[in-house]
Amino acid sequence: MLQHFGKYLLFMSSLFVRGESPRIIFNRTIDEAILIGINSIFIVAIVSTFIGAVTCVQVSYNLTSALIPRSTIGFMVREMTILELAPTITSIVLAGKVGSNIAGGLGTMQITEQVDALEVMGINSTSYLVLPKVMAAVLVFPMLVVLAMFLSIAGGYVAGTLTGEITAQEYITGIRSDFIPYNITFALIKSIVFAFLISTISSFRGYYTSGGALEVGAASTTAVTNSVIAVLIADYVCAEVLL
Amino acid sequence: MIEIHNIHKSFGGKKVLDGISGVFETGKINLLLGASGTGKSVLLKCIVGLIKPDLGSVTFDGTYFTNNKLDIRQEIRRKIGMLFQGSALFDSMTVEENVDFPLKMLTNMSRKERIERVNFCLKRVGLEGANRKMPSELSGGMKKRVGIARAIAPNCTYLFCDEPNSGLDPQTALKIDELIKEITEEYNITTIIVTHDMNSVIEIGDKIMFLFEGKKLWEGTKDEIMDTDIKELNDFIFANRLMRDAKRIEEEDREEEQEREAEEHARLEKNKPAG
Ligand SMILES: Nc1ncnc2c1ncn2[C@@H]1O[C@H](COP(=O)(O)OP(=O)(O)OP(=O)(O)O)[C@@H](O)[C@H]1O
Ligand SMILES: [Mg+2]
Repeated sequence: MLQHFGKYLLFMSSLFVRGESPRIIFNRTIDEAILIGINSIFIVAIVSTFIGAVTCVQVSYNLTSALIPRSTIGFMVREMTILELAPTITSIVLAGKVGSNIAGGLGTMQITEQVDALEVMGINSTSYLVLPKVMAAVLVFPMLVVLAMFLSIAGGYVAGTLTGEITAQEYITGIRSDFIPYNITFALIKSIVFAFLISTISSFRGYYTSGGALEVGAASTTAVTNSVIAVLIADYVCAEVLL
Repeated sequence: MIEIHNIHKSFGGKKVLDGISGVFETGKINLLLGASGTGKSVLLKCIVGLIKPDLGSVTFDGTYFTNNKLDIRQEIRRKIGMLFQGSALFDSMTVEENVDFPLKMLTNMSRKERIERVNFCLKRVGLEGANRKMPSELSGGMKKRVGIARAIAPNCTYLFCDEPNSGLDPQTALKIDELIKEITEEYNITTIIVTHDMNSVIEIGDKIMFLFEGKKLWEGTKDEIMDTDIKELNDFIFANRLMRDAKRIEEEDREEEQEREAEEHARLEKNKPAG
């Protein structure tokens, strides 16, 4: 375990020594960012919309007291999604989607000697292959999280008004009351931390694959489980430190 | 000139290379010959530094390589062209992008010059017009040829080919052998080829090193190889010759068969009643 962690730290430092030219890294980052964005936008949209809807319905089910105004439902949906559900659930979904993709891709490149081919050309394979992926994830995750925030609040609106639990007016009043801008900052910081963890852990797992197709599959699985655990731990740490 | 000195390598207690030394000369085709599993690929990877030898050193034209500073190693690596045993094409790129890749990364050529060079290289391996294909759409032999095109695209000083003509038909194999020979002599580069094909040995081998179970058993020229009295090498040559002879006999049989069939057919045609 400790040995793995040490190897991971060494791997991280190799990203930054003697890298390729900034222009190449920049172009590769843009390519990777587009790939991550396009591949994940659909699943993130679906998941966040439903999470917003479910949150809204469940909160209204629990709010039976006549003393509490119905607009509280909107308020609670906003707080829960912005603070926790949008960044964390989105990141866990992305750990599955992006993490397995990164680990599988790098693992395949490793076992088919494509990484060796890069190295033999005198190219630093970690900086060429991994650094753009990490930067792309750090760039795109916050965008996806912002999208998830909007969609889950919209999902709550649709679910709330369609079931008649809350009127449109009440919901909007709810989501506009007592707004703390720092919560958004907090969520974005979290999403950047998660992006970094998921992309580096998955790259690490993929890059050190050896063997055959079986090991590539195993590397993908380990990448996802490790990333998810790291995200949950980091989630707790962020809440302790930043709130 | 590449010199290797006393290279040792073990994998988990299993000795794969056991103290190999030698010199690979410039402007010549140096062959590493040996049966499957004798450590030819591992030796090649030790030379280019993809595998770190447990002991021993490699020098490229007098520059110490094995444990030298990363800058110096990368400097040397930029002069290396390498074909891997499994081709190792970048599978997210087209054939053109694959061959263009080292040019884009390692040279200052303009885009137009690069494309010209790519087309030239593809033509030399007999793959003109395959530019837009993805590696997954190619046959094993075609991948190999793209791999060769990628290795020779930047004008390298050192060329390493791991079994350039395994999986190719004899005609294409011959063409690839000739291509490598031409390039080696034209640009005066140092070429090391891993092979177990005796045809290549006879066609292009200037200098041959025979490996057996991780040791260098014999070294010499293609003219000397037939007169050797080393048992392992003779067995190896004999097995190869047997294969070729068997192939030739089979082919002759098949031709005879076809001739007989044709005659039979002609006879039947003639004897057919008219109408
Ligand atoms: N990364 C590795 N880990 C463990 N063992 C290895 C590794 N690479 C090679 N070997 C072992 O080293 C030995 C030599 O392998 P190598 O690939 O060099 O053979 P070869 O001479 O190239 O054979 P072929 O002609 O079949 O390609 C084999 O027994 C192989 O099992
Ligand atoms: Mg081999």
